[in-house]
Amino acid sequence: MPEPLLQLEAVQTHIGPYHILHGVSFGVQTGSLTMLLGRNGAGKTTTLRTIMGLWRASAGRIRFDGRDITASATPDIARAGIAYVPESMGIFTDLTVRENIVLAARSGPIDSARLDWMLGLFPALRRFWNLPAGNLSGGQKQMLAIARAIAEPRRLLLVDEPTKGLAPVMVRSMIEAFKALKEAGETVLLVEQNFYAASALGDDVLIMDDGRIVHSGRMSDLVADQSLQQRLLGLSLDAHQ
Amino acid sequence: MSDMTADATTAAELPRTKTDWVPLALVPALALLALPFVGEPSTWVTLTVAGLAMGMMIFLMASGLTLVFGLMDIINFGHGVFISLGAYATLLVLGPLAGWAQADSVGLNLALLLLCILVAMAVTGVVGAVFERVIVRPVYGSHLKQILVTMGGLIVAEQAIHAIWGASPIPIPLPETLRGAFVLGDIVMERYRVVAVAVGLTVFVAMQLMLNRTRIGLLIRAGVENPEMVEALGYRIKRLFVSVFVAGSALAGLGGVMWAFYRQTLTAGMGMEVMVLVFIVIIIGGLGSVGGCFVGSILVALVANYVGFLAPKLALISNILVMALVLIWRPQGLFPVARR
Amino acid sequence: MTATSAPTNIPFDETKVRSGVLQSLLSSDPPRSRVLSLILVAILFLLAATPFLFSGSQPLSTAAKICVFIVLVASYDLLLGYSGIVSFAHTMFFGIGGYGVAIALERLGAAWTSVGIGLLAALALSAALAAAIGLLSLRVRAIFFSMITLAVASAMAVLASQLSEITGGEDGLSFQLPPALRPAFRLLSEPVFGTAVNGRLLAYYLVFFVSLGVFLLLLRVVNSPFGRVLQAIRENEFRAEALGYRVVAYRTAASVISALAATVAGALMALWLRYNGPDTTLSFSIMIDILLMVVIGGMGTMYGAVIGAALFVLAQSYLQVLMEAGSSAVAGVPILPNLIHPDRWLLWLGALFIVSVYAFPGGIVGRLRQRGN
Repeated sequence: MPEPLLQLEAVQTHIGPYHILHGVSFGVQTGSLTMLLGRNGAGKTTTLRTIMGLWRASAGRIRFDGRDITASATPDIARAGIAYVPESMGIFTDLTVRENIVLAARSGPIDSARLDWMLGLFPALRRFWNLPAGNLSGGQKQMLAIARAIAEPRRLLLVDEPTKGLAPVMVRSMIEAFKALKEAGETVLLVEQNFYAASALGDDVLIMDDGRIVHSGRMSDLVADQSLQQRLLGLSLDAHQ
Repeated sequence: MSDMTADATTAAELPRTKTDWVPLALVPALALLALPFVGEPSTWVTLTVAGLAMGMMIFLMASGLTLVFGLMDIINFGHGVFISLGAYATLLVLGPLAGWAQADSVGLNLALLLLCILVAMAVTGVVGAVFERVIVRPVYGSHLKQILVTMGGLIVAEQAIHAIWGASPIPIPLPETLRGAFVLGDIVMERYRVVAVAVGLTVFVAMQLMLNRTRIGLLIRAGVENPEMVEALGYRIKRLFVSVFVAGSALAGLGGVMWAFYRQTLTAGMGMEVMVLVFIVIIIGGLGSVGGCFVGSILVALVANYVGFLAPKLALISNILVMALVLIWRPQGLFPVARR
Repeated sequence: MTATSAPTNIPFDETKVRSGVLQSLLSSDPPRSRVLSLILVAILFLLAATPFLFSGSQPLSTAAKICVFIVLVASYDLLLGYSGIVSFAHTMFFGIGGYGVAIALERLGAAWTSVGIGLLAALALSAALAAAIGLLSLRVRAIFFSMITLAVASAMAVLASQLSEITGGEDGLSFQLPPALRPAFRLLSEPVFGTAVNGRLLAYYLVFFVSLGVFLLLLRVVNSPFGRVLQAIRENEFRAEALGYRVVAYRTAASVISALAATVAGALMALWLRYNGPDTTLSFSIMIDILLMVVIGGMGTMYGAVIGAALFVLAQSYLQVLMEAGSSAVAGVPILPNLIHPDRWLLWLGALFIVSVYAFPGGIVGRLRQRGN
């Protein structure tokens, strides 16, 4: 097996007086879509923020593409090729849809083929191109957030709960979009609470509890193994959504 | 298929551009409301132009502060010293080029003013960079310490001005052709005020273009709303902030030059004195909003002028009353800035 | 002698033995440092005995000013140190107290009832203004409070200088004190320890004891459950709010209490000077002095106010003489004489102030306590 694109080794994170991550280790393979599951407070968001350098790991090591990025500044991590879509989406509501995407493309204008591909995934964005992003609905904002992450080719996408709070019809279209991203060969680490979405998309699966990885393996194995599901999902998911 | 359904759900709630017209309408409404009370239209025009000029100068002095606050959540109580410093920097130009000020040539006089502005902006920009590094950077994140430390910086810098240029007020004359007034029938408009309106409008338009049309402007606006996300997109926001702090200081220096020629006297405390108005204006406008700062400046200056004409005693507290009314109406100011 | 060589843990045992009256006077908030205790006792003793220790009017005036500023700075500490909000209107309340007494004594005649009426009116006005400013600004953001207090205070200062029929404008108001406080009044016919017990002496002790009383009262406030809520809000506004404390109400109440104490200080200042004007109570430079005193003395300690005020007023009265000498000594060198000119002493205080905020946020008191532990 080749060296994973992203590798966490015994990463610990403290936020103020609270110890959140107690030694998280896992790897993400190039070209795979890895699902990070777990119940609220398990440390999923903290894991993504620690990778991004938005929280600092107090111990352990994070390697990306053969480089140690544990102590790198957030902009440098982003420049190394990681795109991040936070749970809050981080849309600049005062800027238009176009301006949001322009900012995401650091190296200049986006070529039209890529723009067409991107807007093909999220056609709604085209209609609101020159309107303030604050006027978008929740689902459209989520689309914009993901479009921003892929405005330029990136090595790895970190996406935090893209289906949270969306209507079922929007969840389905989000799943379609991620399937298309997979086909395009993107590497994705996706935090999910929605097992339906997770099982439809994931190649690999990681399950977190209490600041640790408690299971990692193929998604297909987890889907096939009812008893494993029962045991892990009892602690990893609040309910069968 | 799913895309179509997504579209169908949103078609009903097609978003519209929300422009908040009410605060914008406030300025002309106020001006019109004042007309019958003032009575004489020519007096009204004179008062209005004077108010606009005053408003532009306040805007020049305040815009940098509100931008810095919006972007990095830093409140600089020492901002006033950059106004004073910009004003004193004119001496560097007026000393060697005294002849240009006395020359009866509009071109030479305006060139002198422009040179004063450039030198003042350079001086305040450099001092701003030092101030940011030494005074402000160690206290990111704590408003209490920021207020205390920047106040300390203000004291030291004011005293340094005293030590360099002396403690007594220094008179500075207006360039020859900028004195006096244009007279159109009954309407009297002081020339320098017209110049001030022109400079203020130019800077406002330039700032708007910069904020809306350039990548750095987009980054500033994005950073005001969500600095963390700007970093996550791969931009070094610290560097952006230092540039904005320097630009804000330079704008204060520019405002200081305009203010100095208006008062025609230099004192080290002149910046701090006008800071009261500056704070009122950025609170009224909504902390962090450049457009709000512009509207707020004009509003405050117009009210002060009209009230000063109609009821001089009341003028002393008219600014406070305007601020109180605005805050009762909109507790976050006219244009509240969204944060995260 | 034994005091300096004794192990440091002994003072705590001593305070336990001496608890009771002293503990209760200090609201169970002792200085918690041997050196600090000694300095405080020395200051208390010197202030109490000034009329008998020093001759001439200069030391007595300096002592009275120290007393007034201890109250003024301590009440400011209630806001800055304990509530974590910066006000620039403290001199406004100081001025209101001064003008209240001055106007009443000038208009209603030199009697104690005038002092009472003036003080009460001033207290009422201060309370109303402080409440209005607090409710208007604190409900949005704490930094609005700073800017708005600055704006309101400067407007009031302009107003006071413009309404000269009432306030005397830039000249201020001079007035007669009630007979018992006039220098000509003799309480005892014979001098005590060589000092005449006259109205001036009574006025000094009026200032001294009222200041002491208000200071102990403020110490009580910060150590009450109310004071602890204020500190909880200072530490974490959102958590306090989540626990159900109404942050705006608590902070506004702190602002009102602080304003009332400053008003009393202003009244004392006016009584002592037999004069009140913009420069003695209302000016922005006094506001800066207060900031310097509280930060250098130690924010959030109350005792810092005593140290800061004593040190600052002494320095103001005597250090400038030294700088004068230094400045003339280096005359001829460029800029340098300017830098140590007595008028430039704020330059050095400002620098000291910045260093204090960075390096010793606890000020002198914080330092002494650290050393003690």
